[in-house]
Amino acid sequence: MSGNTALKRDTRDSTRGEIIRERGQREVFCGLTGIVWLHRKIQDAFFLVVGSRTCAHLIQSAAGVMIFAEPRFATAIISERDLAGLADMNDELDREVEKLLARRPDIKLLFLVGSCPSEVIKLDLSRAAERLSGRFMPDVRVLNYSGSGIETTFTQGEDACLASLVPEMPASTSAEPELLVAGALADVVEDQFRTLFADLGIERVSFLPPQRSGELPAIGSNTRYLLAQPFLTDTARALEERGARRLDAPFPLGEEGTTAWLAAAAREWGVSDEVFERVTAPGRERARLALGRYQDELAGKRVFFFPDSQLEVPLARFLARELDMQLTEVGTPYLHREHLARELEWLPDDVQLSEGQDVDKQIDRCWAAEPDIVVCGLGLANPFEAQGITTKWSIELLFTPVHGYEQAGDCAELFARPLRRREALRI
Amino acid sequence: MQLTVWTYEGPPHVGAMRVATAMKDVHYVLHAPQGDTYADLLFTMIERRAERPPVTYTTFQARDLGSDTAQLFQDAVRDAYERFQPKAMIVGASCTAELIQDDPGGLAEALELPIPVIPLELPSYQRKENWGAAETFYYIVKALSRPAGENSPARVRPSCNLLGPTALGFRHRDDVAELTGLLRMLGVDINVVAPWEASPDDIARLADADFNVVMYPEIADTAARWLKRTYGQPFIDTVPIGVSATRDFIAEVTELTNVDPGPVLADAASRLPWYSRSIDSTYLTGKRVFIFGDASHVLASARIARDEMAFEVVGLGTYSREFARDVRAAAADLGVEALITDDYLDVEERVQELQPELVLGTQMERHVAKRLGIGCAVISAPVHVQDYPAAYSPQMGFEGANTIFDTWVHPLMMGLEEHLLGMFSEDFEFSNETRPSHLGGGARVAEATTESAPQADDVLQWSDDAEKTLSRIPFFVRGKARRNTETFARERGIATITSETLYDAKAHFGR
Ligand code: SF4
Ligand code: SF4
Repeated sequence: MSGNTALKRDTRDSTRGEIIRERGQREVFCGLTGIVWLHRKIQDAFFLVVGSRTCAHLIQSAAGVMIFAEPRFATAIISERDLAGLADMNDELDREVEKLLARRPDIKLLFLVGSCPSEVIKLDLSRAAERLSGRFMPDVRVLNYSGSGIETTFTQGEDACLASLVPEMPASTSAEPELLVAGALADVVEDQFRTLFADLGIERVSFLPPQRSGELPAIGSNTRYLLAQPFLTDTARALEERGARRLDAPFPLGEEGTTAWLAAAAREWGVSDEVFERVTAPGRERARLALGRYQDELAGKRVFFFPDSQLEVPLARFLARELDMQLTEVGTPYLHREHLARELEWLPDDVQLSEGQDVDKQIDRCWAAEPDIVVCGLGLANPFEAQGITTKWSIELLFTPVHGYEQAGDCAELFARPLRRREALRI
Repeated sequence: MQLTVWTYEGPPHVGAMRVATAMKDVHYVLHAPQGDTYADLLFTMIERRAERPPVTYTTFQARDLGSDTAQLFQDAVRDAYERFQPKAMIVGASCTAELIQDDPGGLAEALELPIPVIPLELPSYQRKENWGAAETFYYIVKALSRPAGENSPARVRPSCNLLGPTALGFRHRDDVAELTGLLRMLGVDINVVAPWEASPDDIARLADADFNVVMYPEIADTAARWLKRTYGQPFIDTVPIGVSATRDFIAEVTELTNVDPGPVLADAASRLPWYSRSIDSTYLTGKRVFIFGDASHVLASARIARDEMAFEVVGLGTYSREFARDVRAAAADLGVEALITDDYLDVEERVQELQPELVLGTQMERHVAKRLGIGCAVISAPVHVQDYPAAYSPQMGFEGANTIFDTWVHPLMMGLEEHLLGMFSEDFEFSNETRPSHLGGGARVAEATTESAPQADDVLQWSDDAEKTLSRIPFFVRGKARRNTETFARERGIATITSETLYDAKAHFGR
C-alpha cells in the first residue's frame, strides 16, 4: 500500500466503530465553487478569482453554465507573461480591478479570491487587497480569501469567505445579548427564522453573510452565535476572537434538528417552555405532516454518502431519525468533532463514518454496502445510475433550500424522487 | 492577466481528457489539485457518459507541497496501472502542477511499467482545450503508430482512417456514423476511427490505410500532417458539412481512390436543395445571420448559409485563434469583418450592433441571443446537455445537411405565418412587452434594441409616435428597423425620429 492511499483505522473513538480515514484521490470540488451561491447572496459583492483557465472553467461548469446577464464574478486569468515577473502581476491585477470597478459602480465589496496557481506562486492577495482598499475606500472595500483546491474543499470556500468578513464587522456596544446566525441560507429560510426568533422574543438577530455588504452585523462579547451550516470552522474561530460565543446545537435540518437549534437560542434568552412550545408547534406540526408522506417511500432504504459538502452528518442524522432510513457509510471531507458533537450523539451506533477520500476504494465499498441510494458528486452520479444504483447529486442539497421546518419535506423529496423515478420507469 | 467570465474552451488538459475518454484501454494520470476533478462532470453530466472518464488525479494539497508531491504522483501512476490495467498511459500536469515542476513524464518513466507511457507537455498558461486535444492526439499517434507491415491485411477496396472525433465534441458520435456510411457506399473501407473508441492497438495500425480523413481539423490536423510526413499517407481536410462541401469531399475521395461516385451522388438523399428551393423558403431569403464558433463549423456554416439557404451573412467569427487566418479569408469573401476573440462580451456587443435575425453559435451565443430576443441555433462546441440529442443528428454528409436545414429554420418564422404577423401586429402576442412565444414567452427582458450599439455622439431622439409605430413592427424585424431608421436619420442629420422618418427609411432600404 502506497503513501498516497494510506488508510488509517482510528480506534480512539469509543462511542462507535472505527472511523475510516483516507488520503487518496478526492473527487470533490474546490472552495471556488462557493462563489456560485455566495455571489447571489451578497448582492453588492463581486468575486474576482485570481487563477487559471481551469479555475474559470470550474466555476462555469459547477454553475451548470447558468449564464446570468451580469454575473458578479470573474476570473483574472494568469498568463505566461505574468509568470515572468511578480511586480508586473500586481500592476496587472490593479489595472484589471480598476477597469472592473469603473464598469460596475454598483459593486461595494470586492473579494480577491486566491486559487492554487496564485498560492503556489505566492502572489500575496492580502497585500493586494490592502493596497486596493486604500485606493478605493470608502466606495469599495476589498477583501481576500482562498478558495484554492490545495487549501479548501468545496464548502470550505464559504467558510473562508465569511471568515474574511468577520474582522470587518463593526464592534457592538450593546449591553443586551445579540444573536448572530452564521452561514448562507436561502432568503426564504432566513425570513422564516427571523419570524420564529421574533416570535420567541429574541429581538436582536442578524445573519452572516448579510444581503448587502453595508449591513454587516455588529459583534462583541454579548454576541451569541448559532451555526446554520456545519462547515464554518474558520468563521467560528474568527467570531470567537471577536468575543462571540457559540450556542451548542445540532443543525437546523429536519423537524428535530430545527427545534433543537431554535431551543439553544431560546434557552440562552430564557424563553419559557410555554412560549417555545406555542411558537414552534405549528412549524413542527407542518414538518411532521410533510415528512409523514415520505415514510412509506423512504423507511428502511439504505443510503450511502460520498464526502462532499460536510452536510453529510446532519443529513444522515435527519434521514435516519425522522425518515427511518438505514445508514451505511457516511463520508465527509472533514469531521469537525466539536461542531458536530450533538449530531454525532444522535447518529445510530452502527453507522460507518469516513473522513477524507480515496475514491476508487470508496466506490468498491459502496458496491459492497448495497445501498438503495447514493449521495455523491456530479462526476460519479451518472456512472452509478448506468450501473443500476440510484443517486442523489449532493450539490443540489446546497442549491435547494433544505433548512428549517417548512423545508423538511422538500429535503425528503430530494431523496424520494430519484427512488420514485426508478420505480416508475419500466424500460 | 485577462478578465474572463465565461470561456469557450477549457484548459489544455481538458482537451487531453477528451482524447483519453474517447479511447479504449488508455488511462490518463493527471497531476492536479482536487478541484480539477470537476472536469469529470463535463463527460458524465453534459455528454451523459455512463462511465467515469479514465482519469486519475493526484489531488495534492498544500501540506504535500513541502514534502513529496513527486512521490504522490508516482504512487498514483502505479495504483492506476494496477487497478485499471490499461494498454497505454498518458501522464501530465494541470496548471497548478505545471508550476511545481515535478516532471510527470520522467517520474512515470522511472517506474518502468510494462506498457507505453506517453508524457504530455501542455502549457496551461498559453494554450487551450482544442490545442490540448490536438497535441495529445498527435503525441499518441507518434508514440503508438507503426509503419504498415507485411502482416497488414490485403485489401480489395481502398481504406481510410477517420481522424478527430473525441468525447465532448459537437455531434461527433453521429458524424462518425454518417461518414462511415457514406464512405462504405462509395466503396471505401474504414481502417480505424480515432481517437473515438480506438485502442492503442488500433493506433498502431493507422498506417495500413490508404489515406486519412481529417474530420475536425482543430483536433486532427497536427496528427494527419505527421502521418503524411512519416508514412506518406495523404489526407483530405475538406469538412463535409453542407451539401456542396459533401460533394467536394466525395470528389476528393474519388480522386484519391478511383472509386465511382455515381451511385452515391445519384442516391444523394439530402432534401436540403429542394427544401431551399420550395416556395415556402422564400421567407428565408436574405435573413440576416451572424455566425460564431470553432473555425471548421463557422466556415462550413457560412457556406451553407449563403449558398444553400440564401441567407445574408452579416458577421462571423471564431474563438479558434489557431485558424483565424481561414476565418478572416472567408469573412473577406463575404464582405464582412471577422471577429476573432475568446471574450463572449465582444461577441454579445457585435450581435447587438448587427441585430441579425438568426444567430448560429455555441451555447454562449444561445444565451446572448435569448437575452436579446433573437432566434438561435447551435452549430459548434461548447454545448450543453440538450445539444446531445437522443435522436440521430449528424452535421456531416447529406443527412447532416437535412438536420442542419431543420435546426436552423426552426427558430425562424416560416411562410404564411410571417405575413399574418405583419398584418396583425396589434395582436397582444407581438407587442413589445411580450417575448416571442417560441423563445419561451413571458415578459420580455430589457428590449435589446433600445440600448442599441453605443454611439459616442448619439443625440437621436425617438418621438412617441415613432416608438409606437416601431412597437407595431413584429419583434423579429424590429431591431433591424430601428437600426436602419437611425442610420437613415443620422445620414440626413435628422435629430428627432418621427413615424414619417421610419417609413422614409423603410422606403429607402426597401425592406
Ligand atoms: S437552459 Fe439553463 S442550464 Fe441549459 S444552457 Fe440554458 S441556462 Fe444553462
Ligand atoms: S483546484 Fe485549484 S486550480 Fe483547480 S479550479 Fe480549484 S483553485 Fe483552480
